[in-house]
Amino acid sequence: MSSTTHTSTIGAIGAPSRRNTELGLLVFAVLIPIFAYANVGLAIDGTMPTGMIGYGLGLGLLAAVGHLVVRKFAPYADPLLLPLATLLNGLGLVLIWRLDQSQRLQQLQKNAFGAFNPAAPNQLMYSAVGIALFVGVLLLLKDHRILQRFTYISMVAAMILLLLPLVPGLGTDVFGAKIWIRIGGFSIQPGEFAKIVIAVFFAGYLMVKRDALALASRRFMGLYLPRGRDLGPILVIWAVSLLILVFENDLGTSLLFFGMFVVMLYVATERTSWIVIGLLMSAVGAVAVASTAGHVQARVDAWLDPFGCYTTSGACEQIGQSIMAFGSGGVLGTGLGQGNSDLIGFAANADFIFATVGEELGLAGVMAFLVIYGLIIERGVRTALAARDPFGKLFAAGLSGAFALQIFVVAGGVMGLIPLTGMTMPWLAAGGSSVIANWALIAILIRISDTARRPAPAAPASPDAEMTQVVRP
Amino acid sequence: MSELTLTVMRLCFLAVLWLFVFVAIQVIRSDLFGTRVTQRGARRGADARPAQGRQQAAPTPPRQQSGGGRQRRGAPSKLVVSEGTLSGTTVALQGQTITLGRAHDSTIVLDDDYASSRHARIYPDQGGQWIVEDLGSTNGTYLDRTRLTTPTPIPLGAPIRIGKTVIELRK
Repeated sequence: MSSTTHTSTIGAIGAPSRRNTELGLLVFAVLIPIFAYANVGLAIDGTMPTGMIGYGLGLGLLAAVGHLVVRKFAPYADPLLLPLATLLNGLGLVLIWRLDQSQRLQQLQKNAFGAFNPAAPNQLMYSAVGIALFVGVLLLLKDHRILQRFTYISMVAAMILLLLPLVPGLGTDVFGAKIWIRIGGFSIQPGEFAKIVIAVFFAGYLMVKRDALALASRRFMGLYLPRGRDLGPILVIWAVSLLILVFENDLGTSLLFFGMFVVMLYVATERTSWIVIGLLMSAVGAVAVASTAGHVQARVDAWLDPFGCYTTSGACEQIGQSIMAFGSGGVLGTGLGQGNSDLIGFAANADFIFATVGEELGLAGVMAFLVIYGLIIERGVRTALAARDPFGKLFAAGLSGAFALQIFVVAGGVMGLIPLTGMTMPWLAAGGSSVIANWALIAILIRISDTARRPAPAAPASPDAEMTQVVRP
Repeated sequence: MSELTLTVMRLCFLAVLWLFVFVAIQVIRSDLFGTRVTQRGARRGADARPAQGRQQAAPTPPRQQSGGGRQRRGAPSKLVVSEGTLSGTTVALQGQTITLGRAHDSTIVLDDDYASSRHARIYPDQGGQWIVEDLGSTNGTYLDRTRLTTPTPIPLGAPIRIGKTVIELRK
């Protein structure tokens, strides 16, 4: 920091780098999952689990690598993002490992696939890949404004990523949703990565067009209505997200994309009318699709009557069990390892993992998790506020908006607030793509916040000041 | 494992989880209210001012010549808007003239129906004393309760009233 130079601008606030705060929180964030791990082991077997040292060391190592890289390459970054993400990742590992211990789920998987393979070791491996990508992003992306050059390329890339699951032979259909592709032995969910790529496009596009979208409007009933031709982009995004919904049966991704665009439009133009228009359009689209597509129809039925549709379609067993899990958790929960959330069956450790939190940690635990997610979003929005360039502002706001929407869509779906969608709770749910993509997202936010919080270089006025001092004896 | 141990562990875990949340919020809080930092920036600006040589720290010209010219003790370092729509705004005083009015190029753009487009200006005189001058405004500029007719020195903390806006100089 420039405490010795005579900068004459009030803007040159020497923000401390706060890396030691981050380290302290990070140690905390590694110890909590280890405690949880011991708790699960004691509750299930009555002994300390054998894999505890391995998982603890693994998580600690990942956190240490992440911290050192941030310390070296993004020294002024926000101190909270990395510890919060590490805590969620660690607790996700514990919850997945806990569900691996369930005899019921093991038997279910043996019946379905012939063998049981635990998900927790894979998840640890995916976390390592995620941290590797985190490091890679911080090393290679020295300045987030470089991404601005790839505005339209990233649009094409995002469209390709979104359409990949529809390619015959590559895409796979899992329980009705076509959102996976299979390469080699791995299945990837391209939508998770498309989320980040499309944010680049939205940010770059809106930065250029925002004046036209904000100012060329007529006032009507207290709302600024945009011109017809400015409605073009939002119509296109709307159509694309509807197509995703119809052809890939993926309510979550389509909601995420449209919602993210509306959020970024609002941030770019400050016009409430865009939110109203967006809500109206998504309502129209949702009703239209729900009344025609059978897959979505079943989800809506299960949402409206989670306990009654056993008799009609039987598609609501999961959501029914999930709501029961939340209910039996009560305020303080049954304790880690002592719930019956494995009754949910398939996807208990993926889309429905939040029900395990609800049952075993209760309302208190659910609220803590939601606050932790909320803090990540808050730091993202704060980064957007602090960013000095409009692209960085929009990019950070878009990423945190998408993150917030994802949390809302998953948590709301699992709790029965909105129809269930096939999305994953970031870091908690078992699934490689989600963990890896979310680590990349955090890396980008850390990069933007590093640029935003970095103290401004010494003002050009200071050499003048030195000269005046010397010249006047 | 006994029931009691597990219950204690469960409650401990929730407590630790929430403790983490509160520690994180505390970090955010210390990040938000970094006013200490802002003041340091302002004081640094005040230090830089005499060095720029635009304005002398009046009563002791020799000190200025010695190069380490420090500002006169008790001189205001910032201008604070204390009432009106802009209330809370501060501007660091760095020897530059501050113009007030509805014109867009003013230092402080007043969004006030009773202000003229070029309403008043505040500037340091040769001695480093801050002066307020009315620029022929329609509704006048008031220092305390008297309407200004000539450029007048501003005492520390005296309210300058322009329409609905009140500003004052503070240390």
